Amino acid sequence: MRAETAARSRTIVGHAVLLLGVLITIFPFYWMFVMASNTTGDIFAYPPELVPGPHLWENMNKVFDGIDFWGSMGITVVAATSVTFLVLLFDSLAAFAFAKYDFPGRRVLFWIVLATFMIPMQLALVPQFVTLAWLGWVGSLKALIIPGAANAFGIFWMRQYAQGAIADELIQASRVDGAGFFRQWWTVGLPVLRPGLAFLGIFTFFHIWNDYLWPLIVMTDPGKVTLQVAVQQLNGVYTTDQSMVIAGALMSVIPLIGVFLIGSRHFIANLAAGAMKF
Amino acid sequence: MGLADAPRGKAVKPRGSAAKPPPDGSRPLPGWRRYWPMYTAVSPFFILFAVFGVFPVGFSVYLSFMSWDGIGETRSIGWDNYAYLVTDSDFWQSIGNTLIIWILSTVPMVFLALVIAYALHTAVRFKAFYRVAYFVPNITSIVAMTLVLGSVFSDSSGLLNSALRAINSGGVGWLSDPWAMKVSVAAITIWRWVGYNAIICLAGLQAISSDVFEAAKVDGANNRQTFFRITLPMLRPVILFVAVTSTIGGLQLFTEPQVLFPVDDNGNVGGPGGEATTIVLYLYQQAFVFNRFGYGAAVGWALFLLIAVFSVINWRLIGGRDEDAIGTGKRKGKSRAR
Repeated sequence: MRAETAARSRTIVGHAVLLLGVLITIFPFYWMFVMASNTTGDIFAYPPELVPGPHLWENMNKVFDGIDFWGSMGITVVAATSVTFLVLLFDSLAAFAFAKYDFPGRRVLFWIVLATFMIPMQLALVPQFVTLAWLGWVGSLKALIIPGAANAFGIFWMRQYAQGAIADELIQASRVDGAGFFRQWWTVGLPVLRPGLAFLGIFTFFHIWNDYLWPLIVMTDPGKVTLQVAVQQLNGVYTTDQSMVIAGALMSVIPLIGVFLIGSRHFIANLAAGAMKF
Repeated sequence: MGLADAPRGKAVKPRGSAAKPPPDGSRPLPGWRRYWPMYTAVSPFFILFAVFGVFPVGFSVYLSFMSWDGIGETRSIGWDNYAYLVTDSDFWQSIGNTLIIWILSTVPMVFLALVIAYALHTAVRFKAFYRVAYFVPNITSIVAMTLVLGSVFSDSSGLLNSALRAINSGGVGWLSDPWAMKVSVAAITIWRWVGYNAIICLAGLQAISSDVFEAAKVDGANNRQTFFRITLPMLRPVILFVAVTSTIGGLQLFTEPQVLFPVDDNGNVGGPGGEATTIVLYLYQQAFVFNRFGYGAAVGWALFLLIAVFSVINWRLIGGRDEDAIGTGKRKGKSRAR
C-alpha cells in the first residue's frame, strides 16, 4: 500500500515536471502568435497584452508589402526540395556500395567520408565563397543546392541502416537474375531503405530550410534571398514594428511545424536511434 | 575482414568476383568492369568534397597569408594576418564570449535534459505528446524563434522585464549588460536544444536492461543509490554524445547572436561592446562585412585549431569508440574497461 502511494506521488511529480517543461517549451510559440496578432504598441505597453488580438491579417499584409515573401518562399522550397532529392539519391547510392559491396579502396574511402564530417564547415567559409564567385554561382540557386548535394552524415547514417536492413540473400538473388549494381540498388536497396530515407529526407529538408549563415553569405542580391534571410531583413528595416516582424517569423515557421507534426513520431525515433549508434 | 561484414559476418562479393564465379560460369571480369558501378556510386560525394571541401581548405591556407578585399589585387603579406590575430583583442574577446556562452548553455542543458529524460522514462501516459512538444523547438527556424525570444528579452518593455516589474523588482539589461547578454544567448540555445538532448538521453535510459535494475532492487539498493551507481554510469556514453555535439555546436554558434544583435551601421556585431560576438560571428564580420578575406581565412584556421583541440579531448573521453563507429565490430575489450 505504501509503495503504491509512493509510486503514485512519484508519477505526479514526474508529470508536474514534464508539464512545467512543456509550458516553457511551448510558450514562445504562443507568444509568437500573441505578438503577430496584436499591434506593437499593445505588446510593449505596461501591462502588455497577453492574449491573441485581431490584427493578424493586418500584420501579415504588412509583411507582404515589406518583403517578397512568396519569392523567398519559392527560393527556399526549391532549394530545400532539390537538396533533399539529390542527397537521397547520392547518399543512398554511396551507402549501398559501402555497405554491401567489396571494392579496392573501400575502407580508405569510407574513412575519408567519416573524417570530412569532423571538419567544421566554417573553416572553409571564406574560400568556399571565393570558389563560388569564380564559378559565377554567387547569388544563384546553384550556390544553395550544389555544395550540399551529397553529405558525409547521410552516407554514414544510410550505410549503418543498409547494413542492418538489407539481407545479403536478397542481393544474391537479384544477381542470379542478372541485375547489375544500379538495378540492385533500385529494386532491392531503395524499397528496404525507405524508412531510413524518409528520416534523412526530413532531416535534410529541415536543415536547408532553416540554414541561415550560408544563404546570408551567398545570396548577395537583396531581392533574391531565402525565407530566413528575408525575415531577418524585415527585422533590420522595421525594428520599430515588432508585431509585423514576428508575423513574418510566424509565417516562416508554420510550414515547418506542419511537416514535423505529420512525420514527427518516425523522425524522433530515428534521430534517437541514430545517436545511440555513435 | 572488410568494413561491411560486421553485422552478418560475410560480405556480398560484387558481380563476377574472383572468389565466387558468376552463375553463368564465365571468367571473372577485369577490375575496372567489375568495380566501376561502385566507384560511380560513391563519386558524387568525393567530387563535391574535392571542389567544395579540399580545394577551399587548401586555398584558405594560401588566402590566410594574403591581404585581399575580395575584389582588387591579392597582396602577399606573409605571417602578418596571424601576427595580428594573436594581438587582436576583439578576436580574443570573441573566443572568451564563445566559451562563456558555451558553458552557460551546456551545463544547465545537460542537467535539464537528464531530468526531463528521467521523468519521461518513468511517465507512462502522454509519452508521445511530450516527445513531440519537447522536440518542436529544435526543428523550427532559429531566426524566427530568436526574433520572438529577443522581443521577450527586450530591455525597455519586453515581457520578461514587464514580469519583473510586476513583482516589483528592477529590470535586467538582457540585451545590454555584458553578462545578461550572454545569458540571453545561452537561454535561447538551451530552449532550442534541451528537448533534443532529453530525447537522446531517454533513448539511452531505455537501452539499459531492466535486469540491471531488478538486480539492484534484489540487492536492496534505494532509488538514490540506483540512480547514482547504475543509471548515471550506464548513461555515460549518451552523456558524452550530448557533450561532444554541444561542444561542436557551441563553438560554431552564429545565428542566435547575429539575429539578436544585428550588424549596426558601423559594421559592429555582437551587441553593445561586442559582448555577444562569437568566433564565427567575428569571422563573418571580418570577411563579409569588412571584406577582409585574408584575415577571415586566418580566423577560420584559429577556429579549426580550437575545434580540433576540443575534439581530441572528446575523443579521449569517449576512448576507443572509433572502432565501433565504422562498424568493424572489433571491441577493445579489457583494455577499455580499466
